[in-house]
Amino acid sequence: MKKLSGLKKTTKVDFATYLGVTLAFLIVYYRLQRGGLTNAMTSWLVPVCCFIVMAVSLNLVVGISGELSLGHAGFMSVGAFSGVVAGMSLRGAIPFTPVRLVVAILVGALFAAVAGVIVGVPVLRLRGDYLAIVTLAFGQIIKDLINCLLVGYDSKGLHIIFNLGKKTVADLHLEEGGVAIIKGAQGAVGIQKMSSFLAGYVLVMVTLVIVLNLIRSRTGRAIMAIRDNRIAAESVGINVTKYKMIAFVTSAALAGAAGALYGLNYGSLVSSRFDFNTSILVLVYVVLGGLGNIWGSVIGATVLYILPEALRQFADYRMLFYAIVLILVMLATNNPHLQQLAGTVAERFRGKKPARAGEGGQSHE
Amino acid sequence: MVFFSYLISGISLGSVYAIIALGYTMVYGIAKMLNFAHGDVIMVGGYISFCAISYLSLPPAVAVLLAMVVCTVLGVLIEGLAYRPLRQAGSLAVLITAIGVSYFLQNAAQLIWGVTPKIYTSVVSFRLPNSLTRLGLSSEALVTVLSCVVIMVALTTFVNKTKMGKAMRACSEDKGAAQLMGINVNATISMTFAIGSALAAIAGVLLCSAYTTLLPTTGSMPGIKAFTAAVFGGIGSIPGAFVGGLLLGIIESMAKAYISTDLANAIVFAVLIVVLLVKPTGLLGKYVPEKV
Repeated sequence: MKKLSGLKKTTKVDFATYLGVTLAFLIVYYRLQRGGLTNAMTSWLVPVCCFIVMAVSLNLVVGISGELSLGHAGFMSVGAFSGVVAGMSLRGAIPFTPVRLVVAILVGALFAAVAGVIVGVPVLRLRGDYLAIVTLAFGQIIKDLINCLLVGYDSKGLHIIFNLGKKTVADLHLEEGGVAIIKGAQGAVGIQKMSSFLAGYVLVMVTLVIVLNLIRSRTGRAIMAIRDNRIAAESVGINVTKYKMIAFVTSAALAGAAGALYGLNYGSLVSSRFDFNTSILVLVYVVLGGLGNIWGSVIGATVLYILPEALRQFADYRMLFYAIVLILVMLATNNPHLQQLAGTVAERFRGKKPARAGEGGQSHE
Repeated sequence: MVFFSYLISGISLGSVYAIIALGYTMVYGIAKMLNFAHGDVIMVGGYISFCAISYLSLPPAVAVLLAMVVCTVLGVLIEGLAYRPLRQAGSLAVLITAIGVSYFLQNAAQLIWGVTPKIYTSVVSFRLPNSLTRLGLSSEALVTVLSCVVIMVALTTFVNKTKMGKAMRACSEDKGAAQLMGINVNATISMTFAIGSALAAIAGVLLCSAYTTLLPTTGSMPGIKAFTAAVFGGIGSIPGAFVGGLLLGIIESMAKAYISTDLANAIVFAVLIVVLLVKPTGLLGKYVPEKV
């Protein structure tokens, strides 16, 4: 560590995060190649990567930008379905699967970013709990809209119709050999699985590089200044809307990328998989991992995704256990006596809290 | 005539939302927290009244009372055990705890009552004359709307005229100052949760009487919609919850009838967004300027 002493503390933490993720990947990948993982464990790998990306990107909004978003799964949904459509329909144009996967992820990220702009413009005018409820509402709207979507493709290209009544796949008028990709409420079916653990790792690393560099940049400092005191930040000439939008749209795009990877990991996909509960789940990862703490989100997502899965043998009791653990952890981390005992992490957690609570109380009392 | 029947079903649905929204709005007004477990208290109320009627063969009125008592105790317990230790913590910590409580209630209900839906027999036993039912008016709808109005009037009187109500208003305005005036803040918050949960029990009974199926997840969607209704009307305001609930119910019913069943929820939420953009504190919410 002596060689590193010239670096800033945050830089060291960032490098440690990259190193930790890479080491964890290498160990798991080695065991995967040697057949050391059970089928169940293997099936967790890609979703864990997706949810790490989700948690890190949500942390950018909730922890760094300080806005409570309850609709993050909506962006994942947009990314997943647009990614699936891209991945399926480009089969002829790009035969090489990994390239097609990258294109699908980029398409997912792009569509989610557009959704992020559409949602962000009105939403970021609101504050506090009102912002939370509107993001929740957008999440629900996106879910319902996708339920009404019929998409198919044939040699003439994509056919998209919006089903408001009794339209079915037949109304797409596909040619012979055409394939329906999204069938309304049935969701997307017959998806070719393209995602791999390696792709998941790459996406996690790309996300970490983007988010960590953003936070440590001038832009990131502006975003955090707005979070800590909006009025003071505005008075020194920071464009509040612009910086909030940067955080929000970046986060939405990353969630879209995660969604595309997630969608292409399964044979079929329904939009109810990205409902309010999924948004909440990711929020739990972020809060338990530590607000504004990126490596905390990585660990939070990994542990909290695997915990309920690993408890499957306890069948019905596992979610009950999960709920109790959740409540107890929240009570313990916010207990003043335990906080004093805890080390620097708890110190930081506590140092941030009162400022945020005060600000929240003022703005929407 | 068809329009009229949709309007009635909208008003009756809206009344249920309004009763649930009252619980949300009171808790928010005083404790400044989003109580996401409120929807699951509705579900518990539904199950308790179901068990009382089906297994213990109690008369419906007793079953409703029993459900109210159980939910009140549950609400006060949740507040005391899970939320009170977090009074000084950030709002996100409380939110996550509320979500934990919500998961807990849903899964506990699943363990106790199973995942197969229970068929709920309506607590309303009288039937309306044919001339009224032909208009689309059901006895359940009538009881729902009447209970909503009674609750609304009773609650407004309670909050405005009694000492406890005054204490609640004081706490919602400034907890510190209220405490200095000799108000027991913790007791007041407990009281709010008790009232909110009792209302949730009534809402649960009415909701299940109208829709007749009961699942551990029954409460979550009405919970979210009622929360939307509370925000719609201006969260923290009691008349706001009433107006918001009714409007939301009517909009949902009309959207289902004339636009699309699948999109009804989306339309409800879209209207909420538009309202919040025009009036960021909801229809009847009061604007509090930010101080530097």
